[in-house]
Amino acid sequence: MEARRKWIQLAVLAALIAVLPFFFPSGYYYRVGALIFVNGLSVIGLVILIGYAGQISLGHAGFAGIGAYACALGPQHLGLHPGLALILGAVISGLLALLIGRPILRLKGYYLAVATLGFGILVSMLLTNERALTGGPDGISVEDLGLRALLRDLGWRISGGEFWYGASGIALLVGAWLALNLFDSPTGRAMRSLHGSEVAASTVGIDVARQKLRAFVISAVYASVAGSLLALQNGFITPDVAGFMHSIEMVTMAVLGGVGSVLGATLGAAILTLLPQVLTVFAEYEQLVLGAVMILVMIFLPQGLLPSIARRLRGRGE
Amino acid sequence: MDALLQFIFSGVTVGAVYALVALGFTIIYNASDVVNFAQGEFVMLGGMITVFAHQAGLPLPLAALLAILATAAIGVALNKLAIEPARGAPVVSLIIITIGASILIRGAAQLIFDKQLHRFPAFSGDDPIRVMGATILPQSLWVIGGALVVFFGLWLFFTRTLTGKAVLATANNRVAAQLVGINTSWVMTLSFGLSAAIGALAGVLVTPITLVAYDVGVGLALKGFAAAMLGGMGNPKGALVGGLALGLLEAMTAGYLSSQYKDAVAFIVILAVLFVMPQGIFGKKSTERV
Amino acid sequence: MSLLDVNGLGITFGGLKAVNDVSFSVQPGEIVSVIGPNGAGKTTLFNMISGVYQPGRGTVALDGRDVTGIAPNRLAEMGLSRTFQNLQVFQEMTVLENVLAGYHLQERGPVLADLLSLPSMRRRAARAREGARGLLARVRLDKAEGQEAGSLSYGALKRLEIARALALRPKILLLDEPAAGCNAVETEEIDALIAELAAAGIAILLVEHDMKMVMRISNHIVVLDHGEKIAEGDPATVSRDPGVIAAYLGAEETEAADADG
Repeated sequence: MEARRKWIQLAVLAALIAVLPFFFPSGYYYRVGALIFVNGLSVIGLVILIGYAGQISLGHAGFAGIGAYACALGPQHLGLHPGLALILGAVISGLLALLIGRPILRLKGYYLAVATLGFGILVSMLLTNERALTGGPDGISVEDLGLRALLRDLGWRISGGEFWYGASGIALLVGAWLALNLFDSPTGRAMRSLHGSEVAASTVGIDVARQKLRAFVISAVYASVAGSLLALQNGFITPDVAGFMHSIEMVTMAVLGGVGSVLGATLGAAILTLLPQVLTVFAEYEQLVLGAVMILVMIFLPQGLLPSIARRLRGRGE
Repeated sequence: MDALLQFIFSGVTVGAVYALVALGFTIIYNASDVVNFAQGEFVMLGGMITVFAHQAGLPLPLAALLAILATAAIGVALNKLAIEPARGAPVVSLIIITIGASILIRGAAQLIFDKQLHRFPAFSGDDPIRVMGATILPQSLWVIGGALVVFFGLWLFFTRTLTGKAVLATANNRVAAQLVGINTSWVMTLSFGLSAAIGALAGVLVTPITLVAYDVGVGLALKGFAAAMLGGMGNPKGALVGGLALGLLEAMTAGYLSSQYKDAVAFIVILAVLFVMPQGIFGKKSTERV
Repeated sequence: MSLLDVNGLGITFGGLKAVNDVSFSVQPGEIVSVIGPNGAGKTTLFNMISGVYQPGRGTVALDGRDVTGIAPNRLAEMGLSRTFQNLQVFQEMTVLENVLAGYHLQERGPVLADLLSLPSMRRRAARAREGARGLLARVRLDKAEGQEAGSLSYGALKRLEIARALALRPKILLLDEPAAGCNAVETEEIDALIAELAAAGIAILLVEHDMKMVMRISNHIVVLDHGEKIAEGDPATVSRDPGVIAAYLGAEETEAADADG
């Protein structure tokens, strides 16, 4: 039953990724699609943290920044292959999350919000101010992953946009698969029970602090991998990737689509990624529209878009 | 020694602004349990509206008054249009709503005004006053004085007036306050108006020193929020102390360590305080009832 | 040696001694009830025994081991399980998932296996699911297993909490007003369930307002008033105790006075 639902969701996602390119008016849209998938990946991490375990973070862009700069600096200074640098970034993010997670996750509500916010800001400040290492606010270039050249040698010629569309799409699918596995597993149930009642969770033997920490670490790794992919596909990265606004964007995407739902979060990522593209003609109105969308969705569709729509459809069916 | 005094002067000036923003946070938090991330935009609006009203020919005091009133009206509108309809929503939703409001206000300001940096003349001139080898701008005294006046005004309001006590009662227990006949909806409207006005006042006072542009609100909101947290959310005394402490800390860091990392040290200290005292310096410990 | 030993337990809230110097013990398979007027400190006592509150004074021993102030999840590992007076159900999870949460200690495993949905995880989960379905049948909720718990009636939620608490296979079960809000039939069912559990060797510590039920099933009764133990003994002894009668009559008189006013 639950397993079937998991495969249906994954199939829908895979079908969308496969079919959408047929409707692209130009090659540029592969880039947009790849960006949506990367954002979707980091937002799925937040689904685990916010939707499953009920903890907020306003600093997860910090982990995205670590992942991104690992891919920029690893090859340059350690001679690492960019792919290995991605893994190194994920390990560093995971360990850092483990380290700061324990004291931070004792906090609740707004206190947790400000602590995570502080963490994110510290990371982005480090990236901005350590010019010698990071290139400062102007950013730094990122070495190519080299996979496309490999494919070309094998006789498969695809554009950079197409390659990253496919690669990010696969990463998103894997991320969604892991998150859906977790949802219906002992660990996932333990995390979700915290959301319902921490006291009750602990009286059935669930180590509340440990489960929160797990969700925090897992979501940090998601954000880090997404940051790495973003750096690799752009070939360039600035400290904005770790900035406060990026953290906010991530949380908004998650909440907009439906924070308890993997598909919903991906939808949220798609909408907020597309918004600036659609509004390029009215660039000055972008912030105005973004702000209005955030407020209106929270007031009228508090569960997020996808769960609210699903609920409405089900209501009509009965 | 002179340098230390100089750093203290600049720290207290900046700290007074943080304290005003933190007081704004506190008032709204007490009345509605909402942390209003748009608080920084009130400061921006205070500065910007004054600038443009002054340019349009209004005398400065009148322009400032207009800015404070207009911002208060925007605060009330924010409550009526975005906060009240979402009553009872989870913390994450409320955070998104107020951040959305802050982005919206910023976007509107950028359209209505412009993206330039602006200032208007200081109230009592720009000649620094010499104090024991250090100097302080007359406008700094206006800022510090403004923060103190607002703080004592609020203290009188909350302890001596029936309306103020109603706000406190609502903060303490909304349902009980309603039962004894307090109009909690009016209390919330009042709180948003008051806190927007205080934010705008901060903007009016500090613009001659720091200048104002459409995007200064985010930074101020974060610092004010941090200051409020540092002192213990919901405690006006905590907001004042937290704001001043944060301002001093930044000035000392900028002076003695690194001006690039002055913001960083503030957040490090906040993290440290939250780790040791999860409820802030003046926060209350509460036992969860089950 | 008793299964549960409570010795001189006390806690103070804002200068008020909510519970003061309470001692008693529970043997395996015994049903012990804690009774007393509203506000006597029964739930607070439960919260201290189950590790939700840190006791201010006194000790709690489980199986002879001092467990005073130990976190609830550690106590759960040692065989203590409980329900709540004001329900603490995982509202957004299904009925089955609520009971599965009670199987956490038995079904937990490496987080990587859970992320990858390895066969080892599926085996663990399947075993727990089987057990959980059995427990749901026992509290007559098997038909509702796929529903969101938040959609259940009050009485059903009470039974769901009992099923979840039983999933831990506890040595001692703390039930905080299990029959509150239940109709006569449901009360009788809970009544029978408790007796059955006790017969199987599980110690039961019960807070309940339904005096008929308490007198019928308890082996031993502890009476609290204003946070202090005022009497203790078998049902017959306690119901004849003048102090107990005065405490209850006093409470009723005030309640009657309140009703008049």
